[in-house]
Amino acid sequence: MEKLKDHDALVKYRKSLESKRRPDMIRVLICTTGCRALGAEEVYKAFKLEVEKQSLKDKLEIVDTGCQGLCARAPVLTIEPMGIFYGRATETDVPEIISRTILKGEIIERLCYTDAGKRTPYIRDIPFYGKQKKIVLRNCGNIDPKRINDYILRDGYAALSKVLTTIKPDDVINEVKNSGLRGRGGAGFPTGNKWEFVKKAVGDVKYIVCNGDEGDPGAFMDRAVLEGDPHSVIEGMLIGAYAIGSSKGIVYVRAEYPIAVEHLKIAIEQAKLLGLLGNNILGSDFSFDLGIKMGAGAFVCGEETALIASIEGKRGMPRPRPPFPATSGLWGKPTNINNVETFANVPIIILKGSAFYKAIGTETSKGTKIFALAGNVKNTGLVEVPMGTTLREIVFDIGGGIPGRKKFKAAQMGGPSGGCVPAQHLDLPIDYETVKEVGAIMGSGGLIVMDDSTSMVDIARYFMEFCQDESCGKCVPCRVGTKRMLDILTRITKGQGKKDDIGLLKELAEVTKTASLCGLGQTAANPVLSTIRYYLNEYEELINKKDAPSLPQESQTTQT
Amino acid sequence: MHKNVTLNKENTPSVDLTKCNTILSKYSKATHADLIPILQQIQDAYGYLPMAALEEITVRTRIPISKIYGVVTFYSQFSMEPRGRHTIKVCVGTACHIKGAPDIKKKITEVLHINEGETTSDYKFTYEPVACLGTCFLAPVMMVDGRYYGKLTIEKTETILKSY
Repeated sequence: MEKLKDHDALVKYRKSLESKRRPDMIRVLICTTGCRALGAEEVYKAFKLEVEKQSLKDKLEIVDTGCQGLCARAPVLTIEPMGIFYGRATETDVPEIISRTILKGEIIERLCYTDAGKRTPYIRDIPFYGKQKKIVLRNCGNIDPKRINDYILRDGYAALSKVLTTIKPDDVINEVKNSGLRGRGGAGFPTGNKWEFVKKAVGDVKYIVCNGDEGDPGAFMDRAVLEGDPHSVIEGMLIGAYAIGSSKGIVYVRAEYPIAVEHLKIAIEQAKLLGLLGNNILGSDFSFDLGIKMGAGAFVCGEETALIASIEGKRGMPRPRPPFPATSGLWGKPTNINNVETFANVPIIILKGSAFYKAIGTETSKGTKIFALAGNVKNTGLVEVPMGTTLREIVFDIGGGIPGRKKFKAAQMGGPSGGCVPAQHLDLPIDYETVKEVGAIMGSGGLIVMDDSTSMVDIARYFMEFCQDESCGKCVPCRVGTKRMLDILTRITKGQGKKDDIGLLKELAEVTKTASLCGLGQTAANPVLSTIRYYLNEYEELINKKDAPSLPQESQTTQT
Repeated sequence: MHKNVTLNKENTPSVDLTKCNTILSKYSKATHADLIPILQQIQDAYGYLPMAALEEITVRTRIPISKIYGVVTFYSQFSMEPRGRHTIKVCVGTACHIKGAPDIKKKITEVLHINEGETTSDYKFTYEPVACLGTCFLAPVMMVDGRYYGKLTIEKTETILKSY
């Protein structure tokens, strides 16, 4: 690969890739990231072997992709251009897929998506995909994330080239502000405003950091984006760096995500080779270096000041703000931190314009949101919907509803910082504000569906155990508050609750919320408050009926 | 998050520091920012963080041992105890929790006679819970070394453990 000298060189490079395309080829797209857990790599290898054996190289291309969304059917594959979707395929199915579907055009029924006895072979007819709008996930599952050319073929780095040649840094910030993009890590702070703060901050060096420390139990959106389309994150960071005047970036990734780290490393290397990272990018004055830091297993490091401490090689503990990282962050320099999904939104905003982006979503929340749909729902997986989509559409139309004869009870949104949304709010259009009104938070996008067999007190206790365990112990309200609330919740689930326990829980929740140093403590009580708000009867039942069978117990955490 | 680590130097077998020194030689001008990557590589090489290696880091990087100890005990990834040949990570994420992870955990303790965070006396298994493996569609799920086992039942768990 030769370094691309300027905008024209990138255009020429893309054109040369396009001319080499073979539209007559059949492509088999196999997810080898999330689906790896169920044998996708073996399926991929079997395809490769078969192509070799039957000399189908000129007819058939096998592509290993990132997440295609419908994880419930893992391992999944899509056959293009026909648009046939197969799930639960094994390596022994491969010869048949080739001989029947690819060479003869026949459908293999047992591999098709099935709901209520109806088989749906084509991806366009599967309701799971019908209501989605893929902007951030536009490439995920469609390209090989290990090949930069695949990304460039789909207009990759065109947004970067556009800003470098035609848009001034201030106008980039204005465009992002106009788009209405808000932080996808959970808090929903307007991204453009954040960029402006860092841009205005005084400092010889400025840093841009991508927060990929996705620690919420039940969330796997950032994992999927990093694994399936790492270049979109890199391009978003490059545009952000150009806008705020930064020349050094770091992606902080959870150590539990080895595939994400691997794909990111490959992506960075390839971008360097093409001169899309490094000095004088595309012939401009703009230079940018990007490195990776791996987390070491601490949930609190998702908090921005703790994350900075962790990058600096210290215990990942938060510190009081102000000063905010925008003025004094990494090594005391102005630092801009955005989430993975936030960065992945940026190239599209630049390429298609803020007006295009603003047209999607609700009054206060623009664009789309990715949710990790899991729990007691048929179609578990990764979904991207416009802001303002209702919970009912996500759980029932996309998710296919609740398996078995059970009923929907609640959707837990926002993980340990969020809350449970009960059935009466199923028709609520989801955006940052509405979700908050009903006692949950948008959070990073974990959405766990619970059926009527789930005990809500147990869920509250579960999340409190998590927060108590992950509390860094620096501030008293969080360290002691979470421990005391966990003690009370544990005794209630054991059938040893006391009459005034609910009042005590509320009081502790209030203090922990108000007085804690960082987001972990400030939101730790949310699952308790939201379950008391909607399922008070379950608490009372357990407290009043001392002889009631106690809930299943987990081993108890004992340390504070 | 806070781990109790007992340092028992007398019982610690002597450690060959060759691998440790190879890693450290890549960091001739190490700063505090290099500490976590250094620890991660040493743990990868030895399976745990031997005290002798931590002392070597101090000597070579001039980062006080107290700071190193503080970092090692803060992050759940690090261990100063020798670990088992196989690591069992049981996902205790939300989806796994509501689909029966507590029962799976009980079964593991029953079969291996160890609790979370412990290693079997024959150093065959180390058993630890993990907040979320990000594979909620497999719930309940556990990982043995690099391999995922999804949609677990109590019976399946026992069979898997016995296959090692």
